[in-house]
Amino acid sequence: MTKEEKSLYTKRFDGRKFEELREISAKVGVVPNADGSAIFAQGDTIAIASVFGPKIFHPKNQQNPEKGVLRVHYGMLSFSVTERVKPGISRRSQEINQVTEWALTPVVMLEELPGTVVDVHINILQANAGTRCAGINAAALALAHAGIPMREMVSAVAIGKMDKTIVSDVTKEEEDYEDGEGATDIPMAYLPNSEKVTLLQLDGKIQPEKFKEALLAGKEACKKIAEIQKKALKESE
Amino acid sequence: MVYKLTRKNILEAMNKGTRLDLRGPLDQRPIEVRFGVSKNAEGSVIVKCGKTEVACGIKMGVSTPYTDHEAEGTMMTAMELLPLASANFEYGQPSIESVEIARVIDRGIRESGFIDFKKLCIKEGEKVWSVYIDLATLNDDGNLIDVGALAAVLALMTARFPEYDEKTETVKFGEFTDKKLPLNEDKLPLTVTMFKIGNNIFVDPTREEEDSAEARLTMEISKPESQKTEMINAMQKGGEAPLAVEEIEKMVDEATKIFKKLKTLVDEELEKARKGDKKSKKDKKE
Repeated sequence: MTKEEKSLYTKRFDGRKFEELREISAKVGVVPNADGSAIFAQGDTIAIASVFGPKIFHPKNQQNPEKGVLRVHYGMLSFSVTERVKPGISRRSQEINQVTEWALTPVVMLEELPGTVVDVHINILQANAGTRCAGINAAALALAHAGIPMREMVSAVAIGKMDKTIVSDVTKEEEDYEDGEGATDIPMAYLPNSEKVTLLQLDGKIQPEKFKEALLAGKEACKKIAEIQKKALKESE
Repeated sequence: MVYKLTRKNILEAMNKGTRLDLRGPLDQRPIEVRFGVSKNAEGSVIVKCGKTEVACGIKMGVSTPYTDHEAEGTMMTAMELLPLASANFEYGQPSIESVEIARVIDRGIRESGFIDFKKLCIKEGEKVWSVYIDLATLNDDGNLIDVGALAAVLALMTARFPEYDEKTETVKFGEFTDKKLPLNEDKLPLTVTMFKIGNNIFVDPTREEEDSAEARLTMEISKPESQKTEMINAMQKGGEAPLAVEEIEKMVDEATKIFKKLKTLVDEELEKARKGDKKSKKDKKE
């Protein structure tokens, strides 16, 4: 780093190294009624996901005779944040449903499941930033736990830029950082085997070259998360 | 929805570096701008890009601020995919497409710092100005995110505050002041979406091209005076196909180049609007 590029954010609020993830715990089989389920906690962010299906898609006119349909329902529990959120569908949750479907669909072998629907329900129990990423991590585990044929794992993380510093797995406190260039939040999902990105969003202020650095940080972080997900699946057997 | 044969033709043309309308992959369609399309709006514009046509109106109101930003005004963005504009749009609950377009446009404007929300505060914790950015399609031929986002910033640039009665604390709708919105004009954000089909990337799709694309990446870019390079303010990947890191990097580089072209066009249009504004005032006096 040249002198000019000196960042104001030299130490993380929770003392982690810049590329260090929060403590992760992952477990499958937490919802007995579901065909597959998982809980994924990334620091203080906790997501529960359950999978129902594949089942015959009703109404029938929405069936696809060539491949199955993956349907995601994301919701924050009203008490998961400091200021109560109104339960039910919001514009935010609709968008997260859509991007989560895009993040997961490439790995699910829907061509093996024509005429069916696979429902993925994600609920956030406790939120401290990165809920859509924790949700994707939990959902990928739940899909595997349900025995849905999958090509590989999907792992997700939120990369941040605090002033000029790239950090992995941002917290709410970091999301609200305002000094210097402020905070940029970049949630992404990555396929560790085929090395491709399936979710990419960004808001904040970031130079194109810095963004490329952030992409690489995300790639490395997702690889670590994939290992934890695989371990959780092995432990369930 | 797009026919498989159409998609095949589009892909084959792209593989040869051309398109069904003979544009190059990174060529945009001609853009036309018409300001002041609704006299009753605080600011309004219609932007045409090829056959795609989007109207944007700015309306202002007074409301209570959010509890976590008590000294800041608010903003809301909506996109109506009117059935008037396409046989593919229907009445009823806003579709996920319309929600996504509105939210992506909203993020770019918000994160760029284009609007100075602190200057929209009337009384801290009690009353602030709300800016409503309402977009509507008049004809759909693809690329609604980019065209909509362009219409939104142009409408904001020409918007004026309505009269505000301090005694009754209400807005006198239909009576306008000469006061412009508090904008940081150097941070004006512009939106470029790059699409992927096969191994090709392209911009400004027609509806058929957009529906044939496997994935897209929207980037909202600005060039603040304080920065040496462009800044990315928002991003959104859309579509099911995964993207390789190298593909994303290429998209970022190309989008930055297109941003520069688009910026020149916006400056020219605004300059024209300013001249027209002066002329019409002069006409009135005479």
